[in-house]
Amino acid sequence: MKKDNILEVDNLKVSFKTHSGEVQAVRGVSFDLKKGETLAIVGESGSGKSVTTKALMGLLPKPHGYIKEGSIMFDDKDITKLKDKNMQSIRGKELAMIFQDPMTSLNPTMKVGKQIMEGLLKHQKLGKEEAKKKAIELMNLVQIPNPEARMKQYPHQFSGGMRQRVVIAMALACNPRILIADEPTTALDVTIQAQILELMKDIQKKVETSIIFITHDLGVVANVADRVAVMYAGKIVEIGTVDEVFYNPKHPYTWGLLGSMPTLESDEEELFAIPGTPPDLIAPPKGDAFAARNKFALEIDFVEEPPMFKVSDTHYAATWLLHEDAPKIEPPESVKKRIESMDHSEEAKR
Amino acid sequence: MARYIGQRIIYMIITLFLIATISFVLMKLLPGSPLANANKLTEEQQEVIYEKYGLNDPIPVQYANYLGGLVQGDLGISFKYDNRSVSDILGDRIGPSAQLGIQALIIGTVLGILLGLVSAIYHNGITDYLSTIIAVLGTSIPSFVFAGLLQFFVAVKWGILPVATWNGFEYSILPTIALAIFPMATCARFMRTEMIEVLNEDYITTAKAKGLAGSAIIFKHGIRNALIPLITILGPLAVGLLTGTLVIEQIFSVPGIGEQFVTSVNTNDFPIIMGTTMFFAVVFIVMILIIDILYGLIDPRIRLSGKD
Repeated sequence: MKKDNILEVDNLKVSFKTHSGEVQAVRGVSFDLKKGETLAIVGESGSGKSVTTKALMGLLPKPHGYIKEGSIMFDDKDITKLKDKNMQSIRGKELAMIFQDPMTSLNPTMKVGKQIMEGLLKHQKLGKEEAKKKAIELMNLVQIPNPEARMKQYPHQFSGGMRQRVVIAMALACNPRILIADEPTTALDVTIQAQILELMKDIQKKVETSIIFITHDLGVVANVADRVAVMYAGKIVEIGTVDEVFYNPKHPYTWGLLGSMPTLESDEEELFAIPGTPPDLIAPPKGDAFAARNKFALEIDFVEEPPMFKVSDTHYAATWLLHEDAPKIEPPESVKKRIESMDHSEEAKR
Repeated sequence: MARYIGQRIIYMIITLFLIATISFVLMKLLPGSPLANANKLTEEQQEVIYEKYGLNDPIPVQYANYLGGLVQGDLGISFKYDNRSVSDILGDRIGPSAQLGIQALIIGTVLGILLGLVSAIYHNGITDYLSTIIAVLGTSIPSFVFAGLLQFFVAVKWGILPVATWNGFEYSILPTIALAIFPMATCARFMRTEMIEVLNEDYITTAKAKGLAGSAIIFKHGIRNALIPLITILGPLAVGLLTGTLVIEQIFSVPGIGEQFVTSVNTNDFPIIMGTTMFFAVVFIVMILIIDILYGLIDPRIRLSGKD
């Protein structure tokens, strides 16, 4: 493993056995995560982003979901090879996860304090009193008012935003080195979303953990991430720093995503939508999976899969448009305009 | 909580009053006479007996007397067993019935829950199929058939346990098993479905993500949530047990309330029929109250406000 990498995922393939055949949900994903950075993974529903993180956590639904190929290196160990027993000592301690829907991710019949303490009791071998103290500290950290009293309450006595704070406190309990947040704000209403994002940024500064942030909301990405990976049909099609992907996108799918993002300034034209639907992952198409929906597709896109082309040391994209023989194609005007307007709004913020 | 229970008790009294009234009316509509050999007695002899038991009074008066007795806890005097009060007779017979009912309820639900759990955890494995088969057999074959089979094989053929009557604990084993099979099968089926559902809930994934071991997940997060809906069927199951004792006590000649009830129906012993009905009604109603309280204990979401 490279020195400042905390996680290296190489050619990860995850499939699900179903009655109609093998669904290739993740088809060869590679990325690394550096210490203390936030990597956002974006993509449509069904692009494989959640499945990727489930594979990282060893939480694929057994027995039909399985890792077909590839490795996940953490601490110089390939955690895909670990037995479940050994994985249990990593889960919740080194790798922790925040889930999408705080209304269903807490046990309705267990007191909130106890749910936070569980991880502490299991991994840090704390006594009950110490664990209780630590749980109160954690609730303070995630800004739940009056933690001593709230400890003794049940999830139904909490609002959605407060529940998500509990989920975050649970995830942070053992100072994990990697925090995976699977659309942590999707189920919350907009004002609460902003609060939770602020809280997460705040916490990252305090506890210095690396974060993998799954989302389909590009606005959130710009707000929290250092780097972005764009996933489509089980593959990463473009990866780079936030600035590179937002201001110099290379993959037509990224253009589509950026173009379909509503902004406050977008009064001029109607919202752009990517035509068509994602491909069937039981029988993925030959060539570039996005070709059928891509008006810039070249002939080769339907025949051969594009490799990752290097744009800069940190920026890669899998599109034949980057091949030296490809015609020079610029992103569509509307997308360009959108990028410019983002630029302005960023400047305005500063 | 106290206020809630007080309210419930008032409703219980109203319910009991209605049950008493309805069973009184039904009783009066029954054909036949309580006298075993009515045709051998002269009119006058019959008249004397009717007079003695107040059967000559106008029906409203009988009704008022009956209710008046009930309020004072007096269930009347048996027609058949001379001068013995109904409460006395029931008191003598409650022991075996209660023992059978409680043993069957505990064994049935505990075994059923375990069986359902195992099925859910090893869901779609051999254990699951086996326990599903047991559950289907248990719910579809009536208890008296089991009772007969148990008597034939265990008692008569292999001679392990006594066939019938009531003479100590070993006499209670076969009737308990026969009685427990239905609740066990029902609980097993129910528990399996609920547990499979619960194990797919998001909070189970959360628990896994904390690094908890499989057993901790099942015991701390799974069972309690799966039990909530199960409590709902405990009421009907307990009712089933009560009616089950009617048949099972008869088959195993257990001197319990159920057997007495059947005998009394055959001899038109009205006070005992009415008394037993009232007794069953009280048991049901108390059972339902207990179940509602259990609900609150297990599920914090329906715990009553005011206390917590």
